[in-house]
Amino acid sequence: MSPKIFASIAVVITGIVLLYGISDFPTFGDPRSPANSGVEGGAPSTSLYYINESYGVTKVPNLVTSVLADYRGYDTMFETVVVLAAGMAIFAILRSTTKDDETVAGPARKSSIDGDHNRIIVGMTCRLAVPVVQIFALYVVAHGHYSPGGGFQGGVMLGASFILIALAGNLDDALGRFSEKSYMALASLGIIIYAGFGVVPQVLGKNFLDFGVLQKILLTDGPEMARSHSMLGVEIGVALTVMSIMFAIFANLSSRGTLKGGL
Amino acid sequence: MLEQLPALILLAPLFGALLIGLIGLHDRRACFPIAFTALIISLASAIGAAMRAFTGGAYNYFIGGWEEPLGIGIVLRVDALNGLLLIAIAVVAVLAVIFTIRPSSEKDTDKTAYFYILFLLLCVGLFGITITGDAFNLFVLIEVSALTSYGLVAIGTSRRCKMAAFHYLLMGTVGASFYLLGVGYLYLKTGSLNMQDINTILTTNATVAQSPAIVTAFILILVGIWIKMAFFPLYGWLPNAYSYSPSGSSCLLAPLMTKVSVYVMIRVMLSLFGLEWVFGHPGWSDLVVWLAVIAILAGSIMALAQREIKRMLCYLIVAEIGYMVGGAWLNDPNLWGLTGASYHILADAMMTLCLFLFAGILFKYHGVSEIGDLGGMFKKMPITSIGFIVGALAMIGVPPTCGFFSKFYLIRGGIEGGHPEYVAALLISSLVNAVLFFRIFEIAYFGKNPAAGHSHDHGHDDHDSHDHDDPGDAVTTAARPMREAPVYALIPLLAAAALIILVGIFNGQIIELIRLTFEIPATVVSNLR
Amino acid sequence: MVDFLLNTVKPHFNFWVYVILMMIGLWSLIAKNNLIKKMMGLAIFQTAIILFYVSLGVKDGATIPVLESYGDYAEKAEKAEPAGPEVAPPDATPAPVVVNPADTYANPVPHVLMLTAIVVGVATLGVALALCEMIYKEFDTLEEDELLRKIKALHDDA
Repeated sequence: MSPKIFASIAVVITGIVLLYGISDFPTFGDPRSPANSGVEGGAPSTSLYYINESYGVTKVPNLVTSVLADYRGYDTMFETVVVLAAGMAIFAILRSTTKDDETVAGPARKSSIDGDHNRIIVGMTCRLAVPVVQIFALYVVAHGHYSPGGGFQGGVMLGASFILIALAGNLDDALGRFSEKSYMALASLGIIIYAGFGVVPQVLGKNFLDFGVLQKILLTDGPEMARSHSMLGVEIGVALTVMSIMFAIFANLSSRGTLKGGL
Repeated sequence: MLEQLPALILLAPLFGALLIGLIGLHDRRACFPIAFTALIISLASAIGAAMRAFTGGAYNYFIGGWEEPLGIGIVLRVDALNGLLLIAIAVVAVLAVIFTIRPSSEKDTDKTAYFYILFLLLCVGLFGITITGDAFNLFVLIEVSALTSYGLVAIGTSRRCKMAAFHYLLMGTVGASFYLLGVGYLYLKTGSLNMQDINTILTTNATVAQSPAIVTAFILILVGIWIKMAFFPLYGWLPNAYSYSPSGSSCLLAPLMTKVSVYVMIRVMLSLFGLEWVFGHPGWSDLVVWLAVIAILAGSIMALAQREIKRMLCYLIVAEIGYMVGGAWLNDPNLWGLTGASYHILADAMMTLCLFLFAGILFKYHGVSEIGDLGGMFKKMPITSIGFIVGALAMIGVPPTCGFFSKFYLIRGGIEGGHPEYVAALLISSLVNAVLFFRIFEIAYFGKNPAAGHSHDHGHDDHDSHDHDDPGDAVTTAARPMREAPVYALIPLLAAAALIILVGIFNGQIIELIRLTFEIPATVVSNLR
Repeated sequence: MVDFLLNTVKPHFNFWVYVILMMIGLWSLIAKNNLIKKMMGLAIFQTAIILFYVSLGVKDGATIPVLESYGDYAEKAEKAEPAGPEVAPPDATPAPVVVNPADTYANPVPHVLMLTAIVVGVATLGVALALCEMIYKEFDTLEEDELLRKIKALHDDA
């Protein structure tokens, strides 16, 4: 059987099953659907709890952040672990240091955005843009409590700023500013920060990731602000890991794991 | 501190992986001790957490302390069934990590650290899948274990493992996506992600429980898990992925990945939808049991056709998956099928570990991968052979190994549930296993050691899928003399063999523990002995 | 036809779109010969699921789940209640599902879940790209039939 016929059969069967399931969905946009307000006659759904109660408990007006980093913080930690695992898998597949000569490494070669007159416009634009991108990324990380944003988004932007350097100049430029050693260390460190915010409450006698008890350490008034501050902490951890892995993936993919030349 | 054990099971390997990420890249000698210590801590906490469930019944661990209302946070739930599985995973992981020690003559390469990080993160994923009580969290951890296993398959130096890993990735992602979609349908109808909560809604609210969306959700979740566990028509990725991956990886992947997926299926049937709901749909049980019968027969027949040891074992896994899926769906009144399937998860993890360790030893230390090259093995490697014989006998189902008892309970379930075709398939498959393994016994006992270079004088590209970190050396030094493998390779093999027998001897106690989770009338439990 | 569109498709428009997208993804995943196209299929497949989840949390007329003027959120909520569109008529008994101001904010849970799923999808695609790169390096092609032929040739040589 040719793959096209097989694919068509699979698609038709799956499509029919899915459409059959859709037939009794609640209307699109219905605020009374079970997902939005709970099963009829049952308890209200968790989303109502989040909308009504979570601000009082966490003092974070962005509900997505409070659910992501606190209520379902365990998910988010493993989401970050997924990023780390993907990074490690890519290094395991691509990274090779054995074949090439290591001797050419070193600061001797002038890299292109650092004083190459043929690239002066690109180099200058990149130099101007990168700090702005990074500052904005830090804003996105820190302002995730009040507006859409957070560790993943900010981390991707930070990673993108290094990728911009690599694109405007060459990979050595970027690696000179963010070396393999530092991105490996920062990637692990990010999750250590996240999990550390989970383990410290365990030491203090509460469950994993119970941020409320951290008020003793963070010296806040009340567990609510402790949760709020801890969320910022874990977002920073997430941002570190995501930034490092995003740049590392780019560096490895663009140079087939040699981390030389590239592009 | 004791109540923190459920979280500690995962955290130990997680921190181990992160520590290796921090220091392992600079000093590769640190990798193994860190990994080993982390897994030992996991094993200890798994035993502790499981003991509490054995004595005090199932209990919850609320991450972040979010207890009320149920479902706002994420819950870890330990009961007797997953307590046993947690211990089994930890044991397999410890034994597999011992096997990854390399002879001091081989030098470390830059992939060592990545290998151990992926290894530990895979363990994190498997522990997490087993222990979680949240339907969406299960998806995240499935992806953790999936991404790490793609890396572990592709870390080898073989030319073919990359392609195998790519197919594995496509299939694995589609499977996980179907699962995710199923959870979405459940969420749409129940507004909750917590397994207990969903189960309560489905059992109390008949209109929700019978709606097409819930039925679709179940089908999607089931198909997704079937892809992940390589159930018969969807098994295509498994043989390549496991046989071309390096020995160190396949010793962890083969015993655990598929078994944990079977556990997920049982957990979904048991705790998410409830057995009454699942078996309330007439015809489903028969359909799945027939599929399982085909899986068992197909897996056994394809295993017969293989020349390579690892590939043969891979097809046997496909057949074993058929045992477990069929057993879980037998729908016999006393749930012996489900019990047998759950017991077989443990038994099969040990058997597969034992046999894959054996295949790994042969491949890693002797460059042997084909059945025909095993001539004279029993004389030259008596200790390795003992391990292999125990594993093979368990696969065939000879008492007192665990393989016999799991088949005993499965057959009992098949008879009580009125599925003679399943019983027949089990018996035929045992027969095929007997043929397969006695053929190997014969070669290993009577056969002569093949002439030097017999299997290697013709281009070794095909099976250079060697160890994760001896790029290209091993097979070229063909036909190394057959003698006992080093102690650190024999310890896990013999330990696995011992466990096969122990799990068999203590089957009564284990079955009793498993049945704690099923809420069966007390009279049935007392008839057990 | 128009009836069908109005009565069946329109109330579930997003869900129909997600099914169609998902099937496009699944089809190219299976039928396409090029590994990169298969990967694209996978990406469409995963994105369709994201569309599905986000559609779950939509409420008519609601805004993003970031509280506005959270300082006096409680008071605002009390004031908003009588003006809400779904207030029960005065003679009816109070409904068990409380009509509440939460209807002004979209359901945050699907957004949270999909942040996770997006990250997972990106991670998977990254690994898939790395694998493709290695496959291309080994075999000089990304067409599946050629790859299978070359692999088979390897096998026969052995």
